[in-house]
Amino acid sequence: MSEVLALGRIPLDDYAELLGAGEIEELRALAAPLRGRSIQMVNSTAVGGGVAEILTRLVPLAEELDLNIKWEVMSGGEDFFEVTKAFHNALHGAPYHTRQKDFDTFLAYNEKNRERLPLDAEFVVIHDPQPAALIEGRKPGTNHWVWRCHIDLSHPNRTVWDFLEQFVSKYDGAMFSSPEFSRQLPIPQYLFYPAIDPLSEKNCELDQEFIAQVLARYQIDPQRTILTQISRFDRLKDPVGVIRAYRIVKRYFDCQLVLAGGSASDDPEGAIVLKEVLREADGDPDIKVLELPAWAPLEVNALQRASTVVLQKSLREGFGLTVSEALWKKKPVVASAVGGIPIQIIHKHTGLLSHSVEGTAYQIRFLLSHPEIAVKLGEHGHEHVKENFLITQKLKRYLTLFLTLVRGS
Amino acid sequence: MNTAETPFEFVTVSYLTRIGNQSAGTLAELLTGLEHCSDASIFHHTFQTLGSHHFLTEGFSNDFAQWVLSDTNRNDLAEQLAALDIRDYVSIAALRSDLCRVVADYCMTYPHFASQSALERFYFCESVEVTVPLGRNARTLDEFRQGIALLSHAGFYFHFISSRLRLQLRTNDFSHWLADGLGLRTLAESVNNIDIYTNTLDSTRAKLLRLIDRERRKA
Repeated sequence: MSEVLALGRIPLDDYAELLGAGEIEELRALAAPLRGRSIQMVNSTAVGGGVAEILTRLVPLAEELDLNIKWEVMSGGEDFFEVTKAFHNALHGAPYHTRQKDFDTFLAYNEKNRERLPLDAEFVVIHDPQPAALIEGRKPGTNHWVWRCHIDLSHPNRTVWDFLEQFVSKYDGAMFSSPEFSRQLPIPQYLFYPAIDPLSEKNCELDQEFIAQVLARYQIDPQRTILTQISRFDRLKDPVGVIRAYRIVKRYFDCQLVLAGGSASDDPEGAIVLKEVLREADGDPDIKVLELPAWAPLEVNALQRASTVVLQKSLREGFGLTVSEALWKKKPVVASAVGGIPIQIIHKHTGLLSHSVEGTAYQIRFLLSHPEIAVKLGEHGHEHVKENFLITQKLKRYLTLFLTLVRGS
Repeated sequence: MNTAETPFEFVTVSYLTRIGNQSAGTLAELLTGLEHCSDASIFHHTFQTLGSHHFLTEGFSNDFAQWVLSDTNRNDLAEQLAALDIRDYVSIAALRSDLCRVVADYCMTYPHFASQSALERFYFCESVEVTVPLGRNARTLDEFRQGIALLSHAGFYFHFISSRLRLQLRTNDFSHWLADGLGLRTLAESVNNIDIYTNTLDSTRAKLLRLIDRERRKA
């Protein structure tokens, strides 16, 4: 296990302009009783993935509040990560062939990591299943341990979950992204939403000139209606369904469709889906299928900001934070009622939910016919994100949890 | 200008949402859940939701009404549930009783709708409240105004909305102190009459500040 150190300072006051001075004062007030207390965040990767992305921003913000916070990354060999990938898929409901060796490998690496570093902070936050068994090293009654689960456990493989549950049940609490993702457990379970950072490159304000440059680069006409879905080329994101919805809308409104996702070159399944998408697009010049570089936050930001309507027509979804990204930019969103999307889209208040290709097309047509409603949904969506899905709110939830644990004990 | 003997202490609040073990997939199950869930759960889905969705003013007043509308498509029941005004209640028990009565009457009148499956399940959750002092107080109307202007949404919500239940009165922290601390009973009543269902928290605060400014001009 190694400590992640190289995190730049993020001044908390930078957020005051967006959120108001009162919100920052409140964070400081909540943090005051916890000043100097120690916290350890533990996950399995320092780069890539949503958890590392969040911790990269959350840890420096907690330091700004004078909390003694450290971020530890678990170490493991290829064999360990193969096992945890299989567990991850199994917990999402994928088939899993039970092998005792997998459980032994999982436990052996957890034990090795336990030996390397004593997890002795007052609050230990373990992220996801990979380091879940580190709790076995906890000294009784010494500190508070909580487990943050970022995945959907609504339909887990029974064998893998039963194995994991024996560790999870030993924590002081568990946090899930949606009530639907949680399990019946003997410990308190809390709702912890994922979050976006309004000051990150993916969400910060952009110059109109830069947005125009991005549109020009991809030959998108800024004068015409732009429908956009940002997602990797994955069948569960239903890009083909998006094209079919676009074709229905096109009968009534002149529009362009942008399907933008990461490059499919390193992902065999993604490459197949991309072919299917191009086949469905059938050379339509108004359908722009964009393979963006692996990390292109400014381009994603520009495409979202240039859109008339943003879509997220997933068939299955984790939390679907791209929805919050679009809402933060005050965009009207039409999205499927799956996973964590209905938490972000309160139907007819912060966006529109749909359940089919036809329903998606109808909701897009409705928004294009009623631009004043589209504006209102976008504004409410922005407020909803501000109240619930920003990194500062996430920090506030952690502070509240730590205070609850302290007062409870 | 009046100076209060007991100052108004500004605090803020933060809520954790605790996921309960109950959920409902039909109106009949919603009724069972309402009958058996904790007081903290009723509070979470009625009072607290007004704070977390403070920017919505049309057709959104509590989680039960919103779920009935969006997931069971029973507009008439949703309207009845939305019409329950938390300002009319001084206890969770009384609020729970009315919620149950409305849903039970509907299920009895339309038994075929009572067992119809909803699009998505309703999950009963609870609020875990943590309050912390902001280290600011007010003894005069000027200081009070300044303090309210600086409050976060959560702090404002705590003093103006959730306080109604805490005080066991049909009032709020602001009105309570204006009347008892400064003796400004008319202003206290006007503040208490601001409609929290048709205003956002921001527009409620703006109205409150205007009322205070009018009072200050009189002085």
